[in-house]
Amino acid sequence: MSATKNKGEKKSSAPQLRARYLRQPTPFCAGCGHGIFINAFLRAAEAAGLDFGRTVFVSGIGCGAWVPSPHFLADTLHVTHGRAIAFATGIKLTRPELEVVVISGDGDLVTIGGNHLIHAARRNLPIKVFCLNNWLFGMTGGQVSATTPSGAITATTPAGNPHRSFDLVRLVRGAGAPYVARWPVARPRQLRRGIETALREPGFAFVEVLSICPTQYGRANRAQWAQEGGEEVSLAWAMLSWQEANCISRRKAQKEGAADRIVVGEWREGDETWSA
Amino acid sequence: MSKKFIVELDEALCKGQTCAICQHTCPQGVFAVSDRATAQGVWPLRVAQPEACTGCRRCELFCPELAISVTPAGEQVVEPTAPQPAGPAVATPPLHPPQLLGGKRRGGGWTTAPGTLSPGVHFLSGNEACAEGALAAGCRFYGGYPITPSSEIMVRMARRLPEVGGTFAQMEDEIASLSAVIGASWAGIKSMTATSGPGFSLMMEGLGYAVMTETPCVIVNVQRAGPSTGQASRPAQGDVMQAHWGSHGGPEIIALAPWSVQEMYDLTIRAFNLAERFRVPVIVLADEVVGHLYETITVEPTVRCFNRVRWPQDSPFGTEADDGVPPMPAFGEGARLLVTGSTHDARGIRRTTDPRTQERLVRRLARKLLAHRDEIDDWEAYFTADAERLVVAYGSVARSALWAVQEARHQGRRVGLLRLKSLWPFPDDIVARYASSLTPPKVGGERGGEVVVPEMNLGQVAREVERCVTAPVTCLPQTNGELIDPRRILRYLLAGRWER
Repeated sequence: MSATKNKGEKKSSAPQLRARYLRQPTPFCAGCGHGIFINAFLRAAEAAGLDFGRTVFVSGIGCGAWVPSPHFLADTLHVTHGRAIAFATGIKLTRPELEVVVISGDGDLVTIGGNHLIHAARRNLPIKVFCLNNWLFGMTGGQVSATTPSGAITATTPAGNPHRSFDLVRLVRGAGAPYVARWPVARPRQLRRGIETALREPGFAFVEVLSICPTQYGRANRAQWAQEGGEEVSLAWAMLSWQEANCISRRKAQKEGAADRIVVGEWREGDETWSA
Repeated sequence: MSKKFIVELDEALCKGQTCAICQHTCPQGVFAVSDRATAQGVWPLRVAQPEACTGCRRCELFCPELAISVTPAGEQVVEPTAPQPAGPAVATPPLHPPQLLGGKRRGGGWTTAPGTLSPGVHFLSGNEACAEGALAAGCRFYGGYPITPSSEIMVRMARRLPEVGGTFAQMEDEIASLSAVIGASWAGIKSMTATSGPGFSLMMEGLGYAVMTETPCVIVNVQRAGPSTGQASRPAQGDVMQAHWGSHGGPEIIALAPWSVQEMYDLTIRAFNLAERFRVPVIVLADEVVGHLYETITVEPTVRCFNRVRWPQDSPFGTEADDGVPPMPAFGEGARLLVTGSTHDARGIRRTTDPRTQERLVRRLARKLLAHRDEIDDWEAYFTADAERLVVAYGSVARSALWAVQEARHQGRRVGLLRLKSLWPFPDDIVARYASSLTPPKVGGERGGEVVVPEMNLGQVAREVERCVTAPVTCLPQTNGELIDPRRILRYLLAGRWER
């Protein structure tokens, strides 16, 4: 990777980032993808010059919602299940000079709160939304969500998920968002750059962060990761390896086709590839 | 020999071999699982072969705990430094005009504000007067969803708020409406929403959140006939119990009941003042009759307003006193607020399994209202000095009751009226005092000391009255979607008959 591409990633050391931006260590399970997101987010926030003193983080209920609250050293609003974007709307409309960042999970933002998500996208409300998609409800014990892949085993789909899942990029683009992106935690450099880009967007920006939940999703679907190092590696690493192997960038997908892989990248209104 | 790197791993933060992402991602085998477990039973990773590091930094960027740093030898920064002005910044426009955030009055409290409507007499509907009362009280954000019979409030706010520098938002549903209102309140802006029965049901979630987070806001419920969608354009008083008990967890609530267009204006102002004083959601329990009624009202040139106490340096979620109201900083003031609807300590840190924190919080949330009823209770009494019987009424029904009581007086019956202007916390002492001062009946056969409660439901306030008095209580219920006819109440007072 070129030096230019990575210039934002080495401003502060990990202890400096923790001291500057974090109130306390996180309570997440070992190997949780949400921690990788925190790592990338703090580096991206620093690179983008996001002032935590003038930023309000809003989150709902679930593991993803615990990322900012109570951990980020900023104003945090930890609200009812699914309503983070609705609360954020009231803040951003009355105090437009504050940065309003929503960080929550797929169960919260999409499964119960999907209505608020599509309306905020339609309004082009200038907030940043990061949806930590771990493919199920983690905190409540691994139940199916609107983003669980078809066939996946969860606590409430013991025979496999009979339904299809939302494609969040298509959903939010369809709702009118001018900027939508999808980045995997398996590629932390890409993720950091993607978050930084989203934070600099002038309008509504939505980033689907492909996270991992080794504790719930990983254990329930062991067969899926069996090829990724088997007993030799931790479940977290097996899931990250799977994610790395099964994500494909937009550019590559346009050339060679995505097949069954997950297309990652960014979609900005006005770009020639917007409708691709 | 190539460049050397210092690899540091904070074992206290490491979650161990169940994660081990650093070990697996490192192409050089720098990391290994430690041979001793921590006190928490974690087998942390350790830097086993630091000399092998080539500085790719995959471990550093992956580590979910931010426990690893990789630094070129000789470039180590030892101590965490204070926040620096970061590089190419996200644009930072000037802070919001301070007058909207209460200006220098960070201490909050009572103040006299200029009115937002020209002083004098105006001819308005109750819903329009409600909107004007909100603006006069300093409301600068409205989030709502259209619903009969309250929509005129939002329509007027959509036009009027921009004129006074405020913000209007039509949200996607009533859950979002109250959520946005609470968000705006934490942004430092006095905020409200208005709705009717079905929308009020959807707001129960946000109502409980506002109670738990001690967020001042005003919710107007122009009651219509239910249950469910019921009769959209017809009056009722069926939401009295819902206002108090509709949100789970048994919160204490303030609810006011206007009976006229003037009171739609006055009590909306009062609702904002009580909300700011006690850091609570306050419900204006209007009904379709007062919402759609047109009357003249008198608007004063200035308005007495209470502004929330703001000192950011104090704990925003706890007080020494068991009935105290903590100060409320706003977002963006550097208070690093931790606002949560989960059980929390004085700083806002979640304590979701600690019985003492839960009990102290829930008791204070109730006591901060119940111990200050003298500031909340509101009522009017008519002909009670020598009354043998007492009518207790509220809202539009109190208009019918007053006519009936006056007419009964003309016909020699010693009947009084107690009109409740505040319904929650229920004014137990006021009701008990008027009921106990009833004089024994002079006319033989008449029920002595009777308390009569006409209401447009099947007996919600009547049961509260029963709880407070020793006298016999008679409910006069009507749920046909029509205002109770004053002649019907009179017939009961004269002849003891309630059938149609």
